[in-house]
Amino acid sequence: MASISVFDVLGPNMIGPSSSHTAGASSIAYLAQKMAGGNIKKVEFILYGSFAETYHGHGTDKALLGGILGFTTDDKRIRDSFKIANDRGVEFEFVINETETDVHPNTVDIHIESADGKVLDVRGESIGGGKCRIVRIDNVPVDFTGEYSAAIIVQKDMPGVIKHIAGALSDRNINIAFMRLFREGKHERAYTIVETDSSLPEELKDAILQNKYVEDVMIVQV
Amino acid sequence: MDFKKAEDLLKLCESKGMTISEVMKRRECDQFETTEDEIVYKMQHAWKIMKESAVGPTKNAVRSMGGLIGGEAKKLNEHRAKGKSIVGNVMAKAITYAMAVLEVNASMGLIVAAPTAGSSGVVPGVLLALQEEYKISDDRIIDGLFNASAIGYLAMHNATVAGAVGGCQAEIGVAAAMAASAATELMGGDARQCMYAASTVLMNMLGLICDPVLGLVEYPCQNRNASGAANALIAAEMSLSGITQMIPLDEMMDCMYNVGRRMPVEFRETAKGGCAATPTACALCKKCS
Repeated sequence: MASISVFDVLGPNMIGPSSSHTAGASSIAYLAQKMAGGNIKKVEFILYGSFAETYHGHGTDKALLGGILGFTTDDKRIRDSFKIANDRGVEFEFVINETETDVHPNTVDIHIESADGKVLDVRGESIGGGKCRIVRIDNVPVDFTGEYSAAIIVQKDMPGVIKHIAGALSDRNINIAFMRLFREGKHERAYTIVETDSSLPEELKDAILQNKYVEDVMIVQV
Repeated sequence: MDFKKAEDLLKLCESKGMTISEVMKRRECDQFETTEDEIVYKMQHAWKIMKESAVGPTKNAVRSMGGLIGGEAKKLNEHRAKGKSIVGNVMAKAITYAMAVLEVNASMGLIVAAPTAGSSGVVPGVLLALQEEYKISDDRIIDGLFNASAIGYLAMHNATVAGAVGGCQAEIGVAAAMAASAATELMGGDARQCMYAASTVLMNMLGLICDPVLGLVEYPCQNRNASGAANALIAAEMSLSGITQMIPLDEMMDCMYNVGRRMPVEFRETAKGGCAATPTACALCKKCS
């Protein structure tokens, strides 16, 4: 277990009323919009468990949409996120799923469509105290928290890709904190998630994309 | 520098001649490779948010998202301003500010979780009341916040601060223990006296269930923040007078955790017991009728 900081006790600084239903929810959506890389046209949220039951009274809907708009957990604009989304021309919809119960009680699936036609599906869990984790990207189970800067690489599961990614990081003197590979199957689509101690330069994306088996690179900066 | 138990913290304070807030600052710098300037700066920002959330609703009432609360802090403030308070300024202000923060929280305003959103009123309520009544500088209040976070850290590490795990005693109880310890240090108590104060609160709030009406962080949560602030002041007053407690803080933490885990699930943030299951609360809930 990671050490507890003073600011885990007195914090997060957040828009109320509930660290798991607002702060954690907005963090999941914030990470998802970072992964989508901006210019989001349409977003659908599928709510499960406690999110499905009490999302309205807790403002989970406003917090999720606020995260998609790029608002951090302490951004007062979260309260007005519906109006701001309308002004920015972002379509949004909330769907309740009360039939699937074999999930963490505070789970949301976020379906994002970007202006350039890119589609991204992210599942996140709000795990308490404002903390969250991303547990699925498209259909592949993953696990990362957004507490570190991260690069998420979508690739074909082939020899040499990891070496290429590690090399690109090494060339830029970036220290890897955690690195994991998740794949649909041998030689099928895979996701490498690299969490790093320092922030990641945007040009890292192009460097990693040089490998022919890499399909996409998403950078999520802390 | 690090500690896992209240006893270790006490030993560090006594052997090095440091206050709890000094040890907590040192621990943070060591554990997270940061500087004292940086953590003090972050804490000053947290204190600014706390003060805004404690004062705002005393002037302008805010209606909560769920519609169950709003305007309580303003009523309390006016009552005190008219000279009608029966508990004196410190207690009156502490409960006013504690309720104010919950009003901000329940209306999607900006607060600092301390240690949780539902218990976010207690620490700022007590510290702001003391600051105003005893002219305490912001710098010393920041020390008080580091002291409070040491107690909160011990609870997070050794027990829980989640209502869903340990009931309200784990949220308001811990928040009040944090505030009691901070108040004791700010008013001249030593580390041992801070521990007695924290221990007293956990004892006095032991067994408190988490039973939010409609499942919302509004009612009775807001009332309980006032109660937590008052309990913190009671405990600090006792400790500063020289009253000791025979059960050490570590044992009270374990005790609180054990009681919490043995609570039926109805009493742990499920909105299925306690106040949430009264006929009046059920009548509000269309789903239950």
